[in-house]
Amino acid sequence: METSMSLAPQKTFDHSYFRKKNLAILALVLLMVLVMWGSGKVADFDFVYAFTSIPLALQWMAISFAPTAASLSALPELLHQTWLTILSAVAATTTAAILALILGVLGSNSVGVKNTVVKTSIRVIASVFRNIPIVAWALVLLLSFKQGEFTGFLALFLSTFGQLTRLFLDTFDEVPLGPIEAVGATGSSYWPIIFQAAIPCAIPQLMSWVLYMVETNIRSATLVGMLTGTGIGFAFDLYYKSFRYDVAGLLVIITIITVISIELISAKVRRSML
Amino acid sequence: MKDTAAIPGMRMKGNKIQIRTPESTNKALNITLFVLAALTIFTFVQMDYRNLDFLEASYFALRDFGMMMFSPSLKAGHFGWDTIVYETFKTIGLAILSTVFSAIISFFLGLAGALNFSNKTLSTLCKSLMSLIRAIPTILWVLVFTVAIGLGSEAAIVGISFHSIAYLTKAFSESFEEIDEGTIEALKASGASYWQIVFQCALPETISKLLSWTFIRFEINFTNAVAVGAVAGAGGIGYQLFQAGSFYYSIQEVGVIVYACLIVAFMLEFISIQLRKRYIVQ
Amino acid sequence: MSTSELLEIEGLSKSYRDDQFALKDVSTSIRSGELISIIGSSGAGKSTLLRCINRLIEASSGSIKFKGQEVTTLKNKELKAYRRDVGMIFQSYNLIYRLSAIENVLHGRLGYKNALAGALGLYSEEEKQLAFQLLDEVGLAEFAYRRADRLSGGQKQRVGIARALCQQPSLMLCDEPIASLDPKSSKDVMDSLRKIVDERQITCIVNLHQVKTAIEYSDRIIGLRHGEKVFEGDPSSLTLDIIEEIYEGTKDEYTEVAAMAQISTMDVALQDNQELVGAIDGN
Repeated sequence: METSMSLAPQKTFDHSYFRKKNLAILALVLLMVLVMWGSGKVADFDFVYAFTSIPLALQWMAISFAPTAASLSALPELLHQTWLTILSAVAATTTAAILALILGVLGSNSVGVKNTVVKTSIRVIASVFRNIPIVAWALVLLLSFKQGEFTGFLALFLSTFGQLTRLFLDTFDEVPLGPIEAVGATGSSYWPIIFQAAIPCAIPQLMSWVLYMVETNIRSATLVGMLTGTGIGFAFDLYYKSFRYDVAGLLVIITIITVISIELISAKVRRSML
Repeated sequence: MKDTAAIPGMRMKGNKIQIRTPESTNKALNITLFVLAALTIFTFVQMDYRNLDFLEASYFALRDFGMMMFSPSLKAGHFGWDTIVYETFKTIGLAILSTVFSAIISFFLGLAGALNFSNKTLSTLCKSLMSLIRAIPTILWVLVFTVAIGLGSEAAIVGISFHSIAYLTKAFSESFEEIDEGTIEALKASGASYWQIVFQCALPETISKLLSWTFIRFEINFTNAVAVGAVAGAGGIGYQLFQAGSFYYSIQEVGVIVYACLIVAFMLEFISIQLRKRYIVQ
Repeated sequence: MSTSELLEIEGLSKSYRDDQFALKDVSTSIRSGELISIIGSSGAGKSTLLRCINRLIEASSGSIKFKGQEVTTLKNKELKAYRRDVGMIFQSYNLIYRLSAIENVLHGRLGYKNALAGALGLYSEEEKQLAFQLLDEVGLAEFAYRRADRLSGGQKQRVGIARALCQQPSLMLCDEPIASLDPKSSKDVMDSLRKIVDERQITCIVNLHQVKTAIEYSDRIIGLRHGEKVFEGDPSSLTLDIIEEIYEGTKDEYTEVAAMAQISTMDVALQDNQELVGAIDGN
């Protein structure tokens, strides 16, 4: 029995392996198709309509979104709103980063507090703040803070705080322990170890996340702005809903230029910060 | 201070020994920190606060936040549980569809963008086009499509997919470019065709990375699906969220919807951690 | 100090699980102004012993007395004051690579500062002067403002030594200080350690892989195997049999043992250090 068990499968090993693999792939594809079909049903999604309408939609966009000479009169206002969006994204990111830095240090497994209750609560708070939809933040804050720039800033701040805390926690978890041990061995107390060893070791990664959040927040600020009535989102909504597609198109172009410029700058900064 | 001159290489500032010099400090870092701080302060100074009473507003905001988190309920009766559950699944459906479409399209665009599977012109063209598309926020894509093809899940999915494709193409291209050049050369030498190399080398070598990026995007797409439901009215739980917060002013109902979103997000996070563990172990 | 014993270790053990000992009942005493080498294969407990001494690792049982004071029970402030008196250098240098050499050396002063001054890196002129003198002593004053990651391995280790000296310690713990260095830099580093012991009367405990270096530089050698002390004595009393016993059954020291075995066929008396060192060099 033993010998036949060990000998027999060897001859057919290759066949059964490939057959199994092919079957697994087939099963996976079928499952995927089933999930897609189910999702389509639940979401009430018309596959054919969606795909056939894309070319026409793009054509419509290209024609009606082309800015005209008349749309240039709105340029100063659009630039101002873009500027406000950038400011809001930067301010929310920086202020959130300060708070996230403190929690990221205290909650990390490498240099954090020993108390697991504190550590776990920091992680839970970060996760909750990160996963509450930014729209929900904006809607709740609108009730008390009313429409305005500050409400948009607060909504961005709260969700950025959750995201950056999580990213900073991961960063500090991965910080090399040797140099931190070495500074600890000099008899240094906790905060000097953090500021003289842990943060200098982690700073390029921390700053890289901050710049990433600034980029992301420009897009999020657009979304939040539609609810709080500020910035790019507000301007786009305004012109778009009043059928001034040419001005909306101009705003899209300004947004593209802004986002790409910020991406290029931060890519350059990231490289020279190492 | 008589000893100070004795050590060569030591620099003085006045009669103090210098510790930080231009060569030992990182200018880019300092400038970035300064610019971020300056812009932040400027933002707060110039911001139009519209006569906001901060104390009162903060008090109400905290109270509302507490109510949202600690006493969520559907008592107000604008939505039934069936609606909440159905719309949450619908949002997941929107996210699944847009993620799968994006992943398939991005696989091919990613090949076109990867220098080792494409040529320089095509790669540059593909990468530039993608960063152009990526620069436009998802919500603008969706709004445009709601007008172009009508309000509904089609507009949501197509709109979300645009940004999603641009994002995944970049990630996929970079994954392909990390493949060891030797592996591709070996296959080329054995006379394998382009698509054979793609499916026998590129796909198996990168599959865990591609899946992990796709899943990360799935999480983002769920968030996006909630957002476009709320702002563009393109369907899903986001629309109920918007109604509860903006029409009915019903914080407790907002709470229920927030918890629905949190449950999905936590589940996705859990799956993503498990997937990553499995793929890293293998 | 009335007694010349700087450090007394008594029955020191460290176990991670019930029956797995990283250190088992190690006792020794160390006088001021000695250079002591600890030899043994990787995993013999050398690193654990050093880290137990300054309590980067907590021992499971046993006692450590430093200047007559029990250190295994020290808390917070006293522990910091004790660590300040014990410098440490590491195999991987463990410098903060984004900071300059001089800033790394000044870290040796953090134990003397309150939390705020330490966190902000505010040092007095005397401290800066001291740091520069030390950098000059290890031959790196001209690189004071260079970022640590732009120094060579040997230079990094010398910055590490200057950082430890900046604590003005009575004891230096050196964890494999030359394991990542080329022969020339290794010699520089070992020469500096010898000089520190001779000129400043600072005791050095050095973990070493290389038996040859241990014989050449130390006043006394301790051999560890599987966490147990199997040898203690001056270099001249280290015989081939003992070396083989210390490294027995460990693969990573194979070459070293082989080199020793070769000498044994030549029947060279180990007492004659010069000849032994020459023989190993030739291998």
